Amino acid sequence: MESFSHAPLYAQLAPIVIGLPLLGATILLVAGRRVGRASGALASTLLSIAFVLGVVSFFGVTGHGSQIHLWSWVPLLGFHTGVDLNVDPLAIVMVLVVTGVGALIHWYSLGYMAGDPGYPRFFAYMNLFAASMLLLVLADNVLLLYVGWEGVGLCSYLLIGFWFERPSAAHAAKKAFFVNRIGDFAFLAGIFVLAASLGTLSIPRIDASVSGGMTSGLATVAALLLFAGATAKSAQIPLYVWLLDAMEGPTPVSALIHAATMVTAGVYLIARVHPVFEFGAASLDVVMWIGILTALLAAILGAFEYDIKRVLAYSTVSQIGYMIAADGLSSYSTGIFHLAMHAFFKALLFLGAGAVMHALADELDMRRMGGLRRVMPVTAGTFLIAALAISGIFPLSGFWSKDAILAAAWAQGQYAIWAIGLAAAFLTAFYMFRLYFRVFEGPSHVQEDLHPHEAPRIMTVPLVILGFLSVVGGALNVPGNDALERFLDPVLGAPAAPGAVTDAILSAVAVAVAVIGIGTAWGLYMAPAADARRAALEHRFAVLVHVARRKFYVDELYGYAFVLPGKRLAMWFDSLVDARIFDGAVNGIAAMLSGSGEQIRRLQTGFVRSYAAVFLFGVMVIFTVLILRVAVT
Amino acid sequence: MTPFNVPPIHLSGIAPEITLMIAAFAVLFIGVFTNDRFNHVVQPLVATIGFGIAIYWAVVSWGIARTAELQLSNMVALDRFAIFAKVVLAAFGVLTVWTARDHLSTHHLRDFEFYALVLFCVSGMMLMAASADLIVMFIALETFSIALYVMVGYRRDELAGQESAMKYFLLGAFSSAFFLLGIALVYGATGSTNLYGTPGHPGILSFLTGSSALDVGLLLLGMAFLIVGLGFKIAAVPFHMWTPDAYQGAPSPVTGFMASATKLAAFAAILRLFDVAMYSLRWDWRPYLIGLAIASMVIGSVVALVQEDVKRILAYSSIAHAGFVLTGVIAANDAGVSSSLFYLATYGLTILGAFAVVAAIGGRGERRVRLADYRGLYHESPLLAGAMTLFLLSLAGVPITAGFVGKLVVFIAAIQAGYWWLVVVALAMSAVAAFFYIRIIVVMYMSERLEPLPEGGGPAPVVLGAAGRAVVGVTALATIFFGLIWGPLIGLAGHATLFAG
Repeated sequence: MESFSHAPLYAQLAPIVIGLPLLGATILLVAGRRVGRASGALASTLLSIAFVLGVVSFFGVTGHGSQIHLWSWVPLLGFHTGVDLNVDPLAIVMVLVVTGVGALIHWYSLGYMAGDPGYPRFFAYMNLFAASMLLLVLADNVLLLYVGWEGVGLCSYLLIGFWFERPSAAHAAKKAFFVNRIGDFAFLAGIFVLAASLGTLSIPRIDASVSGGMTSGLATVAALLLFAGATAKSAQIPLYVWLLDAMEGPTPVSALIHAATMVTAGVYLIARVHPVFEFGAASLDVVMWIGILTALLAAILGAFEYDIKRVLAYSTVSQIGYMIAADGLSSYSTGIFHLAMHAFFKALLFLGAGAVMHALADELDMRRMGGLRRVMPVTAGTFLIAALAISGIFPLSGFWSKDAILAAAWAQGQYAIWAIGLAAAFLTAFYMFRLYFRVFEGPSHVQEDLHPHEAPRIMTVPLVILGFLSVVGGALNVPGNDALERFLDPVLGAPAAPGAVTDAILSAVAVAVAVIGIGTAWGLYMAPAADARRAALEHRFAVLVHVARRKFYVDELYGYAFVLPGKRLAMWFDSLVDARIFDGAVNGIAAMLSGSGEQIRRLQTGFVRSYAAVFLFGVMVIFTVLILRVAVT
Repeated sequence: MTPFNVPPIHLSGIAPEITLMIAAFAVLFIGVFTNDRFNHVVQPLVATIGFGIAIYWAVVSWGIARTAELQLSNMVALDRFAIFAKVVLAAFGVLTVWTARDHLSTHHLRDFEFYALVLFCVSGMMLMAASADLIVMFIALETFSIALYVMVGYRRDELAGQESAMKYFLLGAFSSAFFLLGIALVYGATGSTNLYGTPGHPGILSFLTGSSALDVGLLLLGMAFLIVGLGFKIAAVPFHMWTPDAYQGAPSPVTGFMASATKLAAFAAILRLFDVAMYSLRWDWRPYLIGLAIASMVIGSVVALVQEDVKRILAYSSIAHAGFVLTGVIAANDAGVSSSLFYLATYGLTILGAFAVVAAIGGRGERRVRLADYRGLYHESPLLAGAMTLFLLSLAGVPITAGFVGKLVVFIAAIQAGYWWLVVVALAMSAVAAFFYIRIIVVMYMSERLEPLPEGGGPAPVVLGAAGRAVVGVTALATIFFGLIWGPLIGLAGHATLFAG
């Protein structure tokens, strides 16, 4: 731990990186109305500067990085918790993702949100979101991390419900908040377990002392509690439901939640405290299976969805599942690699979808689109790149990162994980190209009165930049030049990898599966007589299709299993416990207190002589007690 | 001829006090030779500069005071505790000066002596915090008390102010008598008025720890009378009766000053007297202080519930707060001392801000001070209502305000000393107290504003000058700042250890 003035430059930049978006949020929250139209540019510029500083830090940081102490924060009861930042390679990679992709989304929003009456408020929340996420990834102790964690939750609530005058938006925001509360509660409990048994809140110290400071069983409990928190933030089984409704926010918000912030928090958290998971080894199996099953489930659901943003949302859940599975396989740097690549192409997909909505007056149903490539060539081109990348087509970014996860599963002998991952990869390619074909190719089903047009320059430039990154991003970590992995090694350890020949064969299989997926999509949506073929299939598997369209009835299940009993319980508490017992007690006590207040108040006559009498009474009491005490001793 | 030997005189210990005295005389001189308009600008500036220099002296001796020492024939202590208290007191002084400036001009009062009185007063309070001898403590007490009596009745044309000043003065004299009697009894029992002892003469501290031939009864009686005298100054029940009347009748800036600075000075003396000099007698003084603490918390919180005048509500709240701080004193450990200091510093900033708002809303003659006058303040002046909300939440002890942290650290200190049951009482009373703070907030936000009556009998518009706005802004920022970033200040308070002999 170093003080700010003694820390190396790259570490000194870290508080500024957090401070810039925080400053933007503060300015816009206090004086947003006065800043007005300039608020978008202000927020975007601040985050862009933060990105530049992050790049400077990136070139400075090596090994385990530097931990800096800014000020003492909660110096209580032996926990000398400070506002301390941990500037290490892992944190910096996350900082670059959050600020880099985040800044592009900010600039894009300048065009997307133009004309919205809540313009300054939107950018205030966006900057606050980025600042919270930066605090989360840079925090050196779990308490500070928790502040970022909650800040992210709060901002997601505010942004999902940004158009709160719509009941559906308000409802979606509430849903996101409640589901996250469940996770936060578990997360907090996990922190308590760690703090109580290890006596420290510092993450490096937790990581170092977990194997000596607690039993393996307790570590498993702590790890599972933390993971429960991660499933909520990262939208994994069973707490993924909120992310689908989170589409109610403006589209750039979805891009920010899905690509740069929030959902990656769980993946990051597991990597950050991985010694706890490693020591409580049983927890890793849970992480791995939850991750890969989420990847499969979400991919299935995505294949049946018509709302383009919801398809993308399922795809996020599915891709985060891959990352969580990578964490479960102890291949943390692989998970982070996929996280970064996913940030590029997922941001691109959402921003592309936003451009489509922009052109079609907020139309979301892919059945009322089609042929848009002809009028929106830039959007369509970049969207195609992203779709190829997420499908894992050689040599785009998604190929390298997804391949690395599947290879890690194979290398560890987890063939079932590998097979499920491959199945999910097939579905990914399928639903992605189903979406692409229906939106951008084929005949137009756009409503007659709409005249689609390409998005303005401020929106297309970020698309092109992200498209470029989606193509070349994989170069960060190709076999033979695994720069990112070696950069992260000191913090995360080296992941398992199969031999080069096996790896090549596995890659070939994965690409083949993806191509089949794309081909299937073509066959069902583009090829001649595709409609008839699709109808025949749907007819044959009618029940399955129906169940999948109803999202396997998970929302209904949760509704009956948790929400309804919860509401009943709350109503019971409200009518009986709260109204009668608590309100009764509170009102009774209040009446009693005011009554005695009235009585005592009468002593306050206003006459000095009575004041002196009370004074003297006090002296007499003291005097009496004193005499009694002396007499007793 | 034998050379004349000048004994070494170290003034570093009382440099801030001397500075303030000089500044006070400077203010008076300026007032005599210049006109009113000039005074209105220059006098507060000179006073502020005086406080600034005093803070400078205090801060430079922070490093020296790492090894605390006694000065001026062991009459004053130069320790970080005293320095911390002096810096905070000077800050309170500056805020009071600038709040008062607006208030004086609204009331067409001449500035004249007011700033000099504040300077004299703070000078006495500083000496109180540094005094190592009961006689010095008494002189300091009287120095600031007499100045305060005048300040309370500063609006000479108003009967209420005159009345409250008179009450405060009479009861103050009453309590001073007890304090003086206490000194005499302690002297009779120990043979010294000095806490630490002068060369060749053991002080109270060494007498208590070293000697077995205690004249117990006499000493305990003296101790009890000291508690009475100081209990009056911190407005602890049952020596609190003057508080609501004096707080209500005094000009609001003076009320804020009394609630912040007077409490800090008196508590500084209490901490030095009981937690250090009479530490070995802690089992004897604790019962009385516990009694005062519980009585203050309960009476202060409960009676405030039925008040309709905001100044009286805040007066009872200040009684309750005295009880909360006493909890830290009773802990009598290092954490207790540092947390009490933190509490007093942050409470003082908050209450100064609150009374600055009260002064602004009160208007000429402070007629708008009833709860009903705060109706719909939010619609009239959202920023002022926001600041007041922040102050009230801090007084109630709601998280992310300084008031929450103050209560937290004081209660933890008390729990560490084993007084968890006292903390339970304190928590219960905080809950009761929250009610009347929130009641004010509710009135400000959720009621419609009273319309001014056609004949001009309705509420006067809120006027707040630039200085007043600055004071409210600074105290509001401090309230939120020390609620979020309190580690450094509690660290400084933790370094502010008392000279332990």
